[in-house]
Amino acid sequence: MSGREVVKSNSQLVQKEMISRNYDKITDGNHKVSSTFVPGNLNELLMCFDIANNLPEINAIQNAMRKKSGDMITEAERAGHSEDVCTYVKADIGMMAKGNIAPNGKPFPVPDILLLSYTGCFTFMKWFELLREQYQCPTVMLHVPYAADGTPTKNMREYIVRQLKEDVIPALEKVSGIRFDIDRLREYLRKSAAAEDDMVWMLESTKHKPSPIDCYFGGVYYMGPIFTAFRGTDEAIEYYRLLRLEIQERIDKGLCAQTPEGDMPEEKYRLVVEGPPNWTSFRDFWHMFHESGAVVVASSYTKVGGIYDYEGFRHDPDHPLETMADYCLGVYTNRSLPTRVDMLARNIREYEADGLLINSIKSCNSFSAGQLVMMREIERITGKPAAFIETDLVDPRYFSAANVKNRLESYFQMIDQKRRLGGSAAAGM
Amino acid sequence: MEARTVKEIVAFCQGLFDDLDFTRAREWKAAVPGRKVIGYMPVYVPREIIHAAGMLPLGILGGGADLEVIHGDAYYQSYICRIPRSTVELAVTGRLDFVDGMIFPSICDVIRNLSGIWQILFKDKYVRYFDAPQNFREDVGGVFYSNELREFREGLEKLAGRRITDSEINASIEVYNENRLWVNRVYDFRADFPWKAPSAEVYLLMRAGMVLPPEEHTLLMREYLAAAGAQDRPMRDNCRVVLTGVFCEQPPLNLIKSLEISGCYIVDDDFLLISRWLLEDVPADGDPIENLSRAFLLNSAQTAAKYEADMEVKGRYLIDAIRKRSADGVIFAAPSFCDPALLDQPMMISRLDALKIPYITMQYAENSGQMQPIREQSGTFADSIKLWSSS
Repeated sequence: MSGREVVKSNSQLVQKEMISRNYDKITDGNHKVSSTFVPGNLNELLMCFDIANNLPEINAIQNAMRKKSGDMITEAERAGHSEDVCTYVKADIGMMAKGNIAPNGKPFPVPDILLLSYTGCFTFMKWFELLREQYQCPTVMLHVPYAADGTPTKNMREYIVRQLKEDVIPALEKVSGIRFDIDRLREYLRKSAAAEDDMVWMLESTKHKPSPIDCYFGGVYYMGPIFTAFRGTDEAIEYYRLLRLEIQERIDKGLCAQTPEGDMPEEKYRLVVEGPPNWTSFRDFWHMFHESGAVVVASSYTKVGGIYDYEGFRHDPDHPLETMADYCLGVYTNRSLPTRVDMLARNIREYEADGLLINSIKSCNSFSAGQLVMMREIERITGKPAAFIETDLVDPRYFSAANVKNRLESYFQMIDQKRRLGGSAAAGM
Repeated sequence: MEARTVKEIVAFCQGLFDDLDFTRAREWKAAVPGRKVIGYMPVYVPREIIHAAGMLPLGILGGGADLEVIHGDAYYQSYICRIPRSTVELAVTGRLDFVDGMIFPSICDVIRNLSGIWQILFKDKYVRYFDAPQNFREDVGGVFYSNELREFREGLEKLAGRRITDSEINASIEVYNENRLWVNRVYDFRADFPWKAPSAEVYLLMRAGMVLPPEEHTLLMREYLAAAGAQDRPMRDNCRVVLTGVFCEQPPLNLIKSLEISGCYIVDDDFLLISRWLLEDVPADGDPIENLSRAFLLNSAQTAAKYEADMEVKGRYLIDAIRKRSADGVIFAAPSFCDPALLDQPMMISRLDALKIPYITMQYAENSGQMQPIREQSGTFADSIKLWSSS
C-alpha cells in the first residue's frame, strides 16, 4: 500500500505547507519556543508572547509515520524506560537520544519553556518532568481538573483562571520579555472562533450520505490546524474556508469519502470510532477500512484537542481566560466515561452510523481504561453492534495487520447480519 | 483481658486481610441502623471528613493474590494493571454490596476512569472522583482544594442526611492525628528493630487500618508495639532497604516475606501511604477544611502521583527516607502497567545514581505467583550490599 501514489487535495497541500513553516519557525533560532501538549493547548496565549508552539505528540506521530519511532522507543527502553508506559513519551525521549532532529532535518532547540498543560492525561505530568531533566529549562504547570461528573464546575474553571493569572502568564512574560496584552489575546480568540465555525461544519458534513470525508483517518488531518499551532491565526481561518469549499463540492458531486488512494467508490458501512489511530501503519490501517467500503463518520479522536460539536463550545473573546479554561476542561479525555458514552451514542444516532469500533491503544490508559464497559453501554443504548481492536500509538511492535483485518472483516459481517435481521439500514439508503 | 501475643495480633490482622467479604466492616455497619460505609482507593482521601460524618472509611486495595478474577477481565484489557479488574470483581460479585459510596482519588488515569465505570455500573451508589491540586500555592491550588473538600463534605452530608459540623471534623482530625502518631511509631520501631517487627507483620497491621475504625486500629498498634517490643526474636544478617513504588496495587504478601527471607529488611516503604500521608499533625481547632487543605499542600508525602514543581526537590522524600532509616539501598517494585510508578522510576534512579545508592528494580502484579526469581534477585542484591559496603 505504501507504494501507491497518494492523492492529496488542495487543503492538504496547504496544511502541509503550514506544518512545514511551523517546524521552520521552531528550529530557525529566531523564536522563543515552548513545548506543550495538544489537548486543550493554549496556542492563542503563546502567540501573545511570540512563542513558537512545539507539540511533542505531533513529533512522535511524524516519526511514526516516517517509520522512525520504533528505533526511538527501543532507545528509550535501553535507557531504562519501561516497556509498559506511553510510547509517545518513549518516542520523544528516544528522539532526543538520537539527535533530536525535527522533520525538516534541523535539530530541535532546547525549549525556552515547557508548558505542562496537564489536561486529560496523567502521563503528561510525568512526561514533562522527564523532559525537564533532559532540557533543564523552565517549566510551568497548568493543572486542569477532571470533569468527573460530566460538567466542569465553577471551582474548576476558577482554579484554571487563577493558575493562568498567577503562574502561567507571568512565566511566559518572563521567558519572552513581552508584557501580556489581553486585547491581543481577544483578537486571536476571535479568529479561533471564526475558524471553529467552519471546522464544525466540516465535522457535521459527514451526516450526508454518502459521507464526503472520513472523520477519523481523514479527520486527523482536518483537525490538525485547530488542534496545533494555528488556532487563532488567519491561516487557520483560510484553511477551514478552503476545506469547507472542497467538502461542499464533494457533497454537490455526490462523492464518497476521499482517501489517499482516491475517492471511495462506494460507502457500505458508516462507523463511529473511539480511540486514537495507530500511526506506524496509518495508511495500511486506513486501507483496511476503505477497501471494505467503510467510512468513519465521527470519532472521539477528532475531539482530543477540544470538543466543539457536543455542547457548542466556541472560544469567546469576551471572556478570554475563562474561555481557555473551558476549552481545557472540555477535551475528550478530560470528560467522564458516562459523558464519553453519551457523546459516542449520540454520534451513532445523529450520523446514522452502523455501529461503534473501538481501537484500543495499549499504552494509553487515559483512552483505554474503561473502553470495554463503554462499548457494552453504547451497544445497550443504541442497539448497534460494536467491535474492539487493539493496536498502539507509535510502537510498531503492537500493530498486527492480520489480527486487525480479521476483526474488521468479522465486524463488517456482523453489521451485514444485523441488517439482514432489520437492525440497521444499509449505508447510503 | 489478657494482652494478646504478637502471634495472636498478627493472626487477627491476617484474618482481616484474607476476608474479601469485609465481614468486620459489614458487622460495624449492621451494629447500628443507618450507619454507612465509604470505600476509598489509594493514594489519599481525607478520611477525617468521612469519619466525622459517622461513616466508616474502608480502604479498597484490589482483590489480592487469592481472588479469582472471573468477571473483571471482561472489563479490562490485558495491558491495564490488575487493581481495577480485581476491584470490579469484588463489586460485581457482591462483596462490596454493603458499601454506600466509593471515592476514587486522582492518582492515575486508570483509577480516574474506574470512577466512571462505577458511575455506569452502580448508579445507585455515591461516587466521587477526588481531585487534589497539582498546584501547591495556597492562593491557587489551596483555594481549589478547600472548595473540593467543601463539595466532598456536602456530598457526604447528603448521603448522611445531616450536617457535618466543624467540631465533628475537628474531633476526627484528632482521632487521625493519634492514629498517624502510632503508625509512625510502628514504622520507627521497625526501622530500629527490624528483626522484631518483620515487614509482613507491619504490613498486615497497617492493612487492618484500612478496615477497622481508626480508634480501634490505634489500640491495635499500641498492643502490637508492646507485644513486639517484649518479644525476643533472632536478628538476621540482613541489609536494610527502602521499598518504593508499592503505593497503589499491592504486591502479594509472599513478595514482602520473600524480600526479608532473602536478606533484605524493609526499613521504610510507601505501602498504604494514606496512613502517613500528612507529615505533621493537623490542627484540631479552627476551620477544619482550611487546616486539612493546608496540611495537604504544605505537609504531605511526595509520591509519583504528585507533581514536583522544583526539580531540585524531586526525589528528596525518598532520599530523606533512606537517610533517616539508615538504609543500604532501595528496591523499586512497581506494578506492571503502573504509569505513575514506572514513569517516575527513571527520575528516582538518576537521584540514587548521583549519590551512589544501590538499587534494584522489579515488577509485580497483585497475583504474582512465582517468588523464586524475586528471592534470587533480592538475595543477590542483599549479598552485593553486604559484600561491597562492609569493605
